[in-house]
Amino acid sequence: MEIKILGTGCAKCKLLEKLTREVVEKNGFQATITKVEDITEIMKYHIMATPALVVNEKVEIKGRVPTGEEILNVLLKCY
Amino acid sequence: MREYDKRILVPLVLLPVWFLIYHFLQPMTDWFIDDYLGMTAGSHLTEALRFFIFEVPKVLLLLTLIIFLVGIVRSYFSPEKTRKALEGKSLFTGNVLASMLGIVTPFCSCSAIPLFLGFVEAGIPIGVTFSFLIASPMINEVAVVLLFSMFGWKTAVIYIVSGLVIAIIAGWVIGRLNLRHWVQDWVYQSQFGNSDSEGEKLKFTDRIQYGYNAVKEIVGKVWIYVVLGIAVGAGAHGYVPADFMASLMGKSAWYSVPLSVIIGVPLYSNAAGIVPIVSVLIEKGASLGTALSFMMAVIGLSLPEMIILKKVLKIQFILTFAGIMAFGIMLIGFLFNAIM
Repeated sequence: MEIKILGTGCAKCKLLEKLTREVVEKNGFQATITKVEDITEIMKYHIMATPALVVNEKVEIKGRVPTGEEILNVLLKCY
Repeated sequence: MREYDKRILVPLVLLPVWFLIYHFLQPMTDWFIDDYLGMTAGSHLTEALRFFIFEVPKVLLLLTLIIFLVGIVRSYFSPEKTRKALEGKSLFTGNVLASMLGIVTPFCSCSAIPLFLGFVEAGIPIGVTFSFLIASPMINEVAVVLLFSMFGWKTAVIYIVSGLVIAIIAGWVIGRLNLRHWVQDWVYQSQFGNSDSEGEKLKFTDRIQYGYNAVKEIVGKVWIYVVLGIAVGAGAHGYVPADFMASLMGKSAWYSVPLSVIIGVPLYSNAAGIVPIVSVLIEKGASLGTALSFMMAVIGLSLPEMIILKKVLKIQFILTFAGIMAFGIMLIGFLFNAIM
């Protein structure tokens, strides 16, 4: 599973990255997590609000920081 | 299903409790100060403490309720829907609509760049985009709640209307000036393709969850500024002479309006910290117009946001934008000093 966190480096983006890493570690997912900070790269995902959670090149959550539970559900769905 | 029911029930139970506490806050404060602590009414320390003990819970109660409701309302809006609504609108209509949508669309200034690019992509004029970018941070629920609770509804309405007028006019002027050549070149060269405007399908219980999240996020962040701001206010309330600010920020000092804008722009604070301090300034002789200019410069015109915008705009554009905003804010200040 390939996970990307899109965000230019604001507090919310860092929080989303931290939460996602925790969920992945805790549940033993096999996943690579990349933080995408370059704005032109971010815009390729057609989002208008950061942060965003991208799993296997699909935008799952955008513009807000979800709860750990919600991230887990997204990851289980995509796994 | 059970858990969903609980999420609707909790606010229904909490609401009467909220009204009870809010309603009895003044008598409870008076009882605590006068009877329980047995302090002498009228002394500086007593009145400063009374102000603090009454204002902090009052403001936090109002903030919690309003942010919860605004959180639910915002769940019906998204930047994508707002973009769709603004597509193809003529300049002035677009400015009016963008300013109003700026108030209700969930948006944080850290998303200014993706939003700007998304709007450009959809062919929305830059002037209309700017109306959104100006109104969104300036007219926020924290500022309005604090103004309402410390000055009353009239001042809150004056602030909202002034903010809207500035956002509409400044955006319209930026549109008319045709500053496209001062947008960074890569912005128009890039093609990002269309994004879908499909929103997430939400049940009402999910929207209540949005309300909770908004309270947790915003009240969790601003409560400390509320406490500090009101503490400073309480201190000055009892101890600073009543006409202390009159010579510097009063009506008679014409330079007070430009001065407060110049001081206000580099000061980066949120509404929660600045409004209690402004309430003291007014109490100590500052005029409403001057105070309004100061608040708008602090809340609505921030250096960090301009630095973020540097990625998509050339420096000439940013300076023009800052100039138009400063001019507009000063006009509002002079206007209210003249008519109030």
